[in-house]
Amino acid sequence: MFGLPGGAILPIYDELLDSGIRHVLVRHEQTAAHMADGYARASGRVGVAMATSGPGTTNLVTGIATAYMDSSPVVAITGQVPTAQLGTDAFQETDTLGLFNPITKYVFQPRAVEKIPQAVKAAFYLASTGRTAPVVVDIPKDVQMGSAEVTFPERVSIRGYVPNSELDRRGIEEAARMLLEAERPVLLAGGGVIRSGSCDVVVSLAEHLMIPVATTLMGKGSIPETHPLSLGTIGMHGTYQANTVVTEADLVLSMGVRFSDRSTMDVEKFSRDHQIVHVDIDPTEINKNVKTAHFVIGELRATVTALLEAVQRGVNRREGSAWSQRVKELRDEYDGKAFGKDGGISPPSVIRKMRELLSVDSIVTTEVGQNQMWAQLYFKTLKPRTFITSGGLGTMGFGFPAAIGAKAAKPGVSVLDIAGDGSFQMTCNALATSVSEDLPVIVCVLNNSMLGMVAQWQRMFYHRRYSAVKLGALPDFVKLAKAFGAEGTRVQSLAEFEKAFKEALRCPVTTVIDVPVPPEEDVLPMVPSGGALNEMVIDT
Amino acid sequence: MKDETQLRIFSLLVENKPGVLFRVASHFRRKNYNIESLVVGPTEDRTTARMVITMRADEEEADSFARLLKRTVDVIEITRMNWDQAILSELVQIKIRTKDPHSRNSVLAMVGAWGGKVLEITKNAVCVQITGSPSDIDNYIEMAAEFGIVGISRTGVTALEKG
Repeated sequence: MFGLPGGAILPIYDELLDSGIRHVLVRHEQTAAHMADGYARASGRVGVAMATSGPGTTNLVTGIATAYMDSSPVVAITGQVPTAQLGTDAFQETDTLGLFNPITKYVFQPRAVEKIPQAVKAAFYLASTGRTAPVVVDIPKDVQMGSAEVTFPERVSIRGYVPNSELDRRGIEEAARMLLEAERPVLLAGGGVIRSGSCDVVVSLAEHLMIPVATTLMGKGSIPETHPLSLGTIGMHGTYQANTVVTEADLVLSMGVRFSDRSTMDVEKFSRDHQIVHVDIDPTEINKNVKTAHFVIGELRATVTALLEAVQRGVNRREGSAWSQRVKELRDEYDGKAFGKDGGISPPSVIRKMRELLSVDSIVTTEVGQNQMWAQLYFKTLKPRTFITSGGLGTMGFGFPAAIGAKAAKPGVSVLDIAGDGSFQMTCNALATSVSEDLPVIVCVLNNSMLGMVAQWQRMFYHRRYSAVKLGALPDFVKLAKAFGAEGTRVQSLAEFEKAFKEALRCPVTTVIDVPVPPEEDVLPMVPSGGALNEMVIDT
Repeated sequence: MKDETQLRIFSLLVENKPGVLFRVASHFRRKNYNIESLVVGPTEDRTTARMVITMRADEEEADSFARLLKRTVDVIEITRMNWDQAILSELVQIKIRTKDPHSRNSVLAMVGAWGGKVLEITKNAVCVQITGSPSDIDNYIEMAAEFGIVGISRTGVTALEKG
C-alpha cells in the first residue's frame, strides 16, 4: 500500500508495523493514489492507497478520479475524525462520501468496529469485480481504536450488486452473424479487453477472421502492435491507418470501449458510415455515446470466447480480399511513419529508440500532453498491461508515480515514464519516494520548456497567440534528480540518448534523462475537434 | 402529451440506510434532471425502502437513466413505468380561504365531491386533504384557486405497476 499518515489514521499506522504489509511512504497523497493505480494497472490486482482525514483525503481526489475514469481497481483507506465529531467541522474533517461519491463505485464508512471486516472485504470485492473501479473505506478514528471479536467474512455478497450477468447467447450469435456477413469489418479493442484479460481471445478472433484490430488509447497493448493485423490506436492523435480503416469499415465490433470523445471524435460522423456492434460489461455504456446496431452485455472474456466459438461454427461470407488488401496497403505505407519533422532528436525517433532498447515486458507509463500522444503513436506496445496512461481524466503528473507503483508490482522489469517538462514538475516530489523506497524507474523528460500540447492548440486554433504556456525558468532536471539522490543526465543527440538510456537501465536508482526537443513541434496526425476520424491534419 | 415531456416513474427498491438518497439523487443532479416528485418509505422488510421518483424525459433517456440508477450499489431493484402503465396516487393538504359562510359551504361541498377530508375549519379558512391521481389533485387545486389558496403541501406521486 501507498500512503502518508496523519492524526486521524494513526491507529491503523500503528497496527501496520506488525502487519507484514509493505507500506510505501509518499510525499503527497495524490501520488499515493497514482501509485496504487499504477500498481493495479500493471498487475491486475487491487492497489491500495492510504491517507489521513481532511487534506490527506482531498489530496487523493485527483488520483481516485483518474483511476475511476480508466476503470482501475484501487481501494483507498482514509482516516476520519471520531464519530462524535462528524459533522461538526472538526479539525481535518472533510465529507468523504460527498467528495468521492461521483468518482468511485462505493464509499464505505463503518461506524462500529464490528463493521470493519465486512466493509474492507466488500471494498475489495466491489473494486475487483464487474467493471473494476476505485472504492473508498473511510474509518473514523474511534472506530479504528475499538476492539471486538470479529470474523473476517470468507466471501461477501451485496444484494444490489450483480457483477456479471449470464451469457447473452442469442446476442452473441447475432454479433457473430453480423461479423461473418460484413464486407469490411474491423475490431476495436478498448481498456476493458485488457482489464478483463481477454487479449488472447481478441487476437484469436482477429486471426480466425483475418480482420484488422484497432485499439483505443486504453486498449493499447491488447494486440502486439507489431502484429500484421494491428493498426495501432484510433483517436484525436490516432495512427493514420487506424483512423482510416475504422472510418472505411462497414462494421466496427467494439469490445470494452466507452466511445470517448477523444477516440471517436465527431460522434455523428463516427456513427454515420458503419454499423457498430458493442460488447461491454457495463449496461450504462450501451448507447451512451454512440448508437449501436447491436449490443451484447456481459463479462468480456466469456462473451468474446463464446463469440469466437460462434464465428468458428459459421461460414465467413466476406467476398474477395479487397478489404484485406486495402488494410495492408495502408499499413505498409503508414505503419511507423513519422509525421512532422523527423530525424535527429525528434520525439518520434527518441520514442522508437526506447522501444528498441527496452525488453518486451518493460512497462511504459506516460504523463499527459504531447509526450503521451507521441508515445501513443510511436511506442509499439507488445503486451497487455505494459502501457499505462491516464486516458479518461488526462491527469498531468500521473505517469511518474504510476511508474513507481508499477515497479512495486513488477520489481523485475524496467519501468519507464515518458514525461514532459510540465507534467513532471507536478509530481516530481515522488523522486523522494522512488529513492527511499528503492523503486527505481527511468524518467525521460521530453523537454520543450513549454506546456507543449496547450501550445500546439494555441498555434493551431488561437493564431499562435501563446498564453501561459512558456515555462520560463525551468528547474535543472539533472540537478533536481541528484538533489533527491537519484541520477540525472542530459543528452544532446540520439546517440547520447542511447548511451544514457542503456546506463539508466542498469542504474540501481531512478534516473531522470532530460531530452531537449524542438519547442514548437506538433504531434501529428491530429483530428481537430468536430472532425471525423479520417479528417486528419498530417502537416502544419 | 408530447413524448419528451412525459412523466417517467422510477420505482426503486433500495437499502434502507443513510446516504442512499444522496447517491441516487446525485445521478439526477449530474444529468441535470429535475425531480418532479420523490416519495420514500420503508417496505414490509425494514432493511429496504421504496423510492418512487418522477421526472420528465424522453423514452430513450429514461431507459438509459434507469440503467444508471440500477448500477448504483444500494439500488436492489428498479422498475420503470410510464404514467399510463401505473396506478398513481398522491395526497395533498390544502388550506383554502373562506371569506364568508357561503364560500365556506361551497368549499365543504367540493371536498365531498372529491371524496376528501376536512382537517380544520377556522374563521377565514378551511384545510382539507384530498387523495387521488395527480390529475385529480391538479383539478382540485384549480377549483380551489378560485376561492384563494393560503397554502399547499403535496406528497408527490407514489406508484404501483398496473396489472
